[in-house]
Amino acid sequence: MSVELDVFVGNTTIMDKEVYQLWLNGYTVNDAVKVRIEGGIMEECEASAEVLLSDTMDQYRTFQMCERLLHHPAKLANQLLFQIPPDRQAMLIERYYAFDDAFVREVLGKKLSKGTKKDLDDVSAKTGIMLKSCRRQFDNFKRVFKVVEELKGPLVENIRQHFLLPDQLARDYAAIVFFANNRFETGKKKLQYLTFHDFAFCAGQLINHWTVGAVDNMMDDMDVDLDKEFLQDLKDLKILITDKDLLDQHKSLVCTALRGKTNVFNEMEANFKNLSRSLVNIAAKLINAKDVRDFFIDLVEKFIEPCRSDKWTSIDVNLYLIHYTNSVHILDTFKHHGVWNRYMGVIKSCILRMYHE
Amino acid sequence: MPGKLKVKIVAGRHLPVMDRASDLTDAFVDVKFGNTTFKTDVYPKSLNPQWNSEWFKFEVDDEDLQDEPLQITVLDHDTYSANDAIGKVYIDIDPLLCSEAATVISGWLPIYDTIHGIRGEINVLVKVDFFNDLNRFRQSSCGVKFFCTTSIPRCYRAVMVHGFVEELVVNEDPEYQWIDRIRTPRASNEARQRLIFLMSGELQRKIGLKVLEMGGNAVVGYLQCFDLEGESGLVVRAIGTACTLEKISTLTSASATHPSNSSPSKDMKDSPQAAPSTLGCRSTHSSPVHSASGRLSQGFSVSVPTLLFAGMKPRHRSSEAPRFRQCRPVFGEEAPGIPLSSGPPTPLRVQTFSSFSPSKSYSRQSSSSDTELSLTPKTVRIYLSPSSPALVSDSSPLPSAHLPRHLRPGMSSRSTTPPPLHVSQSDTAMLRKSMSFSEELLLAASGMGSGGSAGKEAGPLKALLRQQTQSALEQREYPFFTLTSFPPGFLLHVGGVVSARSVKLLDRIHNPDEPETRDAWWEEIRQEIKSHAKALGCHAVLGYSESTSICEEVCILSASGTAAILGSRFVQDGPLDTDYRLSRQPLVFSTGAERVEGDMGSSASLGFEEVAPPGCGFCHIPYDELNIPFPAQLTYCYYCRRFKVPDVLFTTIDLPTEANVTGKGCLIQARLCRTKKKAQGEGNATAISNLLPFLEYELHTQLMNKLKLRGMNSLFGLRIQISVGETMLLGLASATGVYLTALPSPGRIQIAGKTPSDITYEQHISNMQKKINDTIAKNKELYEVNPPEVVEEMIGSPIPEPRQRSRLLRSHSESSDEVTELDLSHGKKDAFVLEIDDTDAVEDIHALLTDSPMPPGFYSCNTEIMPGIQNWTSAIQMFTSVRVFRLNNANLTNQGLNKIFSDLCENLLKSLYFKLRSMIPCCLCHLNFTVAVPEDELIQVAVTAVAMSFYKDQTLENGRQSGDKTLIKAITENDEQLQFNLELNAESSSSNPLSSTKGLSDVSGSHPSARDRCSSWIEQLRLKAHTIRRGSVKTTSSLEKASPLPEGRSRSLQSNRSYSGSSVTVVKMTPLSFIPGAKITKYLGIINMFFIRETSSLREEGGVSGFLHTFIAEVFAMVRAHVAALGGNALVSYSMKECVFMENPNKNQAQSLINVSGDAVIFVRESELEATSVQPQSAATRETSNGGDGT
Repeated sequence: MSVELDVFVGNTTIMDKEVYQLWLNGYTVNDAVKVRIEGGIMEECEASAEVLLSDTMDQYRTFQMCERLLHHPAKLANQLLFQIPPDRQAMLIERYYAFDDAFVREVLGKKLSKGTKKDLDDVSAKTGIMLKSCRRQFDNFKRVFKVVEELKGPLVENIRQHFLLPDQLARDYAAIVFFANNRFETGKKKLQYLTFHDFAFCAGQLINHWTVGAVDNMMDDMDVDLDKEFLQDLKDLKILITDKDLLDQHKSLVCTALRGKTNVFNEMEANFKNLSRSLVNIAAKLINAKDVRDFFIDLVEKFIEPCRSDKWTSIDVNLYLIHYTNSVHILDTFKHHGVWNRYMGVIKSCILRMYHE
Repeated sequence: MPGKLKVKIVAGRHLPVMDRASDLTDAFVDVKFGNTTFKTDVYPKSLNPQWNSEWFKFEVDDEDLQDEPLQITVLDHDTYSANDAIGKVYIDIDPLLCSEAATVISGWLPIYDTIHGIRGEINVLVKVDFFNDLNRFRQSSCGVKFFCTTSIPRCYRAVMVHGFVEELVVNEDPEYQWIDRIRTPRASNEARQRLIFLMSGELQRKIGLKVLEMGGNAVVGYLQCFDLEGESGLVVRAIGTACTLEKISTLTSASATHPSNSSPSKDMKDSPQAAPSTLGCRSTHSSPVHSASGRLSQGFSVSVPTLLFAGMKPRHRSSEAPRFRQCRPVFGEEAPGIPLSSGPPTPLRVQTFSSFSPSKSYSRQSSSSDTELSLTPKTVRIYLSPSSPALVSDSSPLPSAHLPRHLRPGMSSRSTTPPPLHVSQSDTAMLRKSMSFSEELLLAASGMGSGGSAGKEAGPLKALLRQQTQSALEQREYPFFTLTSFPPGFLLHVGGVVSARSVKLLDRIHNPDEPETRDAWWEEIRQEIKSHAKALGCHAVLGYSESTSICEEVCILSASGTAAILGSRFVQDGPLDTDYRLSRQPLVFSTGAERVEGDMGSSASLGFEEVAPPGCGFCHIPYDELNIPFPAQLTYCYYCRRFKVPDVLFTTIDLPTEANVTGKGCLIQARLCRTKKKAQGEGNATAISNLLPFLEYELHTQLMNKLKLRGMNSLFGLRIQISVGETMLLGLASATGVYLTALPSPGRIQIAGKTPSDITYEQHISNMQKKINDTIAKNKELYEVNPPEVVEEMIGSPIPEPRQRSRLLRSHSESSDEVTELDLSHGKKDAFVLEIDDTDAVEDIHALLTDSPMPPGFYSCNTEIMPGIQNWTSAIQMFTSVRVFRLNNANLTNQGLNKIFSDLCENLLKSLYFKLRSMIPCCLCHLNFTVAVPEDELIQVAVTAVAMSFYKDQTLENGRQSGDKTLIKAITENDEQLQFNLELNAESSSSNPLSSTKGLSDVSGSHPSARDRCSSWIEQLRLKAHTIRRGSVKTTSSLEKASPLPEGRSRSLQSNRSYSGSSVTVVKMTPLSFIPGAKITKYLGIINMFFIRETSSLREEGGVSGFLHTFIAEVFAMVRAHVAALGGNALVSYSMKECVFMENPNKNQAQSLINVSGDAVIFVRESELEATSVQPQSAATRETSNGGDGT
């Protein structure tokens, strides 16, 4: 005696948020039932395990049938197969495209290739996120990447429109796509202290200021690549460290401004040349793809760590960077104010974000 | 050449990839109607082609228009090999053939393939330029409206209910043709789908023809079924109720215009024009009987606002009076044109016609007061017509009531319903009954008509009326109605459920053009039903339905309905109204005598209610208590105390809205499974027919037990389904249990053990008794069944002579206070005893009686509405759930099987409650179970229902109820006044002139004011129409879904334009005839679709569950898309009639067939309605009263 077939179809598709989450998390039907039983739903609704199993199976089937549509969220809105109220549709999409910070941290900046996908079982083991869920998240990244890669116009907007994601999630995806495209190194031990949101913030800065789209929305280029011309121009900043006069002048200007305003003034004064050299060198090297990848590690190794070892507070860092940036404009011989501002604006906000005391 | 079909293929989207190399598709479209085909250009390399084709025009006969579906095939162009089909869309263009339905089909429709399911969508535009064929001998019936709804559709009123229509067509099943061996499964599925589309088209056309013949313009309660007889063929059959419907909105405008231009010339000009041009559509003018009633009702409807006050009576008359005259010429003109040849109704019509002349002359004599006068002659006639000899002669020629049981030699046998429902009656008993019947009727009629005292005089006449009504009905071949709910006044008494089954051996249908055998089979069954109804003293069968169950070559045909007596005014030609108020008025002038009744009714309608309260009248027994056709205990009605009622009442209809109910109702199911030996042919048929009576008897016993367990006393919407498999028979009876206030409360259940017993056994018994008692108590609490404790008098003192009894009764009605003091104790009633023979049975009974209780917050019923719940929210969720259960254990006992089957149903219900828990508090309405035995050891149960949530706090409802009560009280007060009046009138015929002059003065006095009132009201109506029209123009863009635009066309064009916006119209679906909190503004046509799905990669599609889940979802999607394309936003009266599922897991294959139907409608939320237009008060009240019906 067994139930051979068990189907429930509503005119309005019934979906249980809780079961959906379990499905997204990669639980099998039986595990999901266990979780639900533990959640106390049986007492609450006077249901039996049998009923719960039937319901869970049915929901899982519905989700599987929906999954195809969720890959193209725009289709979900004008498909005819499931009648789902708009708020529910939004919920489905948002949850489907939601990801675990722990997971994304592992694959951020990695190439979204088959090779990476093969390594997902390691990621799963490391993060404790079920392999199924890892795969879904990875596939989501890849899918968004593929669609957006070739599109013109603002990245975040593209993602939002094509995947109907809420603003914050679209921004996060933009960061993921941007990192994957530029292959920023994020996995080094020294970077482990940074969260996904730190990186996402930085990505936002880079996208908003260093890409072609940042300067000219009408340009045919995309938001995913850094502005090559700008990177080229960054080389001109080298003058700040190669020209001895300029360097000294810069230092004295900054020191004058900082004096008496911070407890770590001495350390600042002592480290000025080193730090300035580091920042300008990072800028000058960005034209090489390899050095772009090391951008964050460079920032940490060459700026953040020295400051941290000198016990700067983030207020100190902020103060320092403000004056460091602004003083340049007083230098008579320096001509590249535009590039400098564009560079330092992003560097300043990135460093501040990445500077965990 | 009456029709030009125009089709435009606009675009496609989401097409599947057909070319692996490019991941794209080169799609083009084949448009086929009949034998003509058009093609679009190939739109290369796109999954979202924009064909934007020219208009393809098909010039076709209307006959073809009705039969053929439009077939749209989307293909992938292939230069080197054959073009691959992507999928097809079948479009039923029938809704476009009726002027009142949709005008265009436009929208995205899913492209469907029987192997792959939905593969993208196509946007099409379909229109019909249609010239109505006036040819009398035509074969088409365009313009006849079809409704699945089993009540009068919400925005119509029935001018006339003509009666039963049926038809069946047969054909060879393509699946079983020799060619099927060489063609692909897809080709065979498509052949089958197409054939069934064709057959249902043909069936609908033929039924339409019958309707036109009867003078109707619509079929209500249209029920179409397929019998897949396998080798022997395919039968498509349908039954329905022919009606003449009139749109309420048009009615109001018509009635509005009429009184305003009271010049007779105008009317005369209008009518002749209207009549020929709309033959069959507006039968208001096509038959004299009807125009009379129609006209009256129009006059009446005008005075709706004034109706509540009895004082308005003269005014009402006056407004009616001139019109009465004006229309008379119409009669004369129309008379020759009446389709007199139309069979059963004819004799009545003829009578009508002749009986009209006297009053005609009357009205000419005194022009101003004729209505008042016309009332008086009627009263006079009361004395003229009734005489006992007449009665006798009338009743004696009754045809012998009972068909002898007969066996088709070697072919079939029949089972008759077992005792609880019906017991065979001898012919003599029948005769006797029909004689005494008149007395019974008399009483009832007097009760219903104009009060007890008036009844004294009017009674005999009414009896005669009834007699005539009855004979009128009997003249009809089948006095059946597929409707399940009726306007007040239609249903007088309910006898009980009548059902008949017959087991047949299928043989190949040799000549598809003459489906005689199948016709004969059904004829036999219907005759039996008819005779059963007669045995119950009833002349009509309501809530009638037919079904089959087929296993191999054996077929069980079943039919069931509710025997009833109808209000005579409705029997032939009475105007039926969905509108509560309107329906009070009556009046059909079928015969001279009925006319009287009619006018009495009209006077009653002027403000007083019938005396037998509508809340209990239908419970009063229609049969003679001395010749009760089955064992039943009769008591006096607990509500009015005047008439006898049975102890329990089973019906197949919905609970009448006016019925008085205590507490809430609940779903009651009896489930039974019986093993049967495998057998072939005749032996098998005999075995089955031997089992059937027992099965049915046990089902009834179970129903009865469960009913008592819930402390209820009646069942509504009873549906017994018997399904036959190779090794077992399944019986499933579902109904909604209700406690009718009028009926006695059910006795206790007492358990009795075998006589010699030891102590432990005794203890066991008493334990069980206690459990049962507890359950009853708990149930009573749950369903709020706590009837006022009443005690009864005179029980068990059967009154020997009807005549004597009638006298007795009359005295009661005269002194109504007495009634309440009656001492009616139900202590004397025997307890219901359950006997237990052995331990097995103990378990059995225990299991049967303890259905697991519903979780808190849930209610369920299988009728349209749940008694006791009124305040629905607008949240509804329709669903279908299917389960297939495999019995691995081959040799199970009956008990074991029963338990499994019962558990299966219970678990299914539990699952539903769990799934829908978010809707609490909620009620599962119209729970419709279908059981089947698709294979040996497999049991399939399919459920379709709608979950509707309601507001928990009942204050609203209570307020409403008390409101109703005060209304009733007010009415009864009025009633008393009128009783007196009428009595006076009737007794003193000599005072006629006096009263007439009085009436005259009254009339002249109040006339102008009444007219003023009317005209101002009309002005308001016009104004309202204006605002609506203007409002819609303004709001269309912003309120796409909400706009009250009645035109489907503009709506769908809109959605067309905005498709890039991607929002899909939300289409609600419900098995009910209404949508809570909303008003249906337009019926767009019937949706009747048939789909086949097959797969040869079952595992890959998620196994059987995945396969069926997808298929059902796809069917829903296609239904919704077609509704939306018609411009609708809901499908009401939805039903899934066939859900066949077959699998072959070894071959990784499965096939499924689904047939769905319903009525596509446009609804507007009541809140939006109020918001969009400022309505005159009268119209507003009308609307709310309409909505009130529904909620």
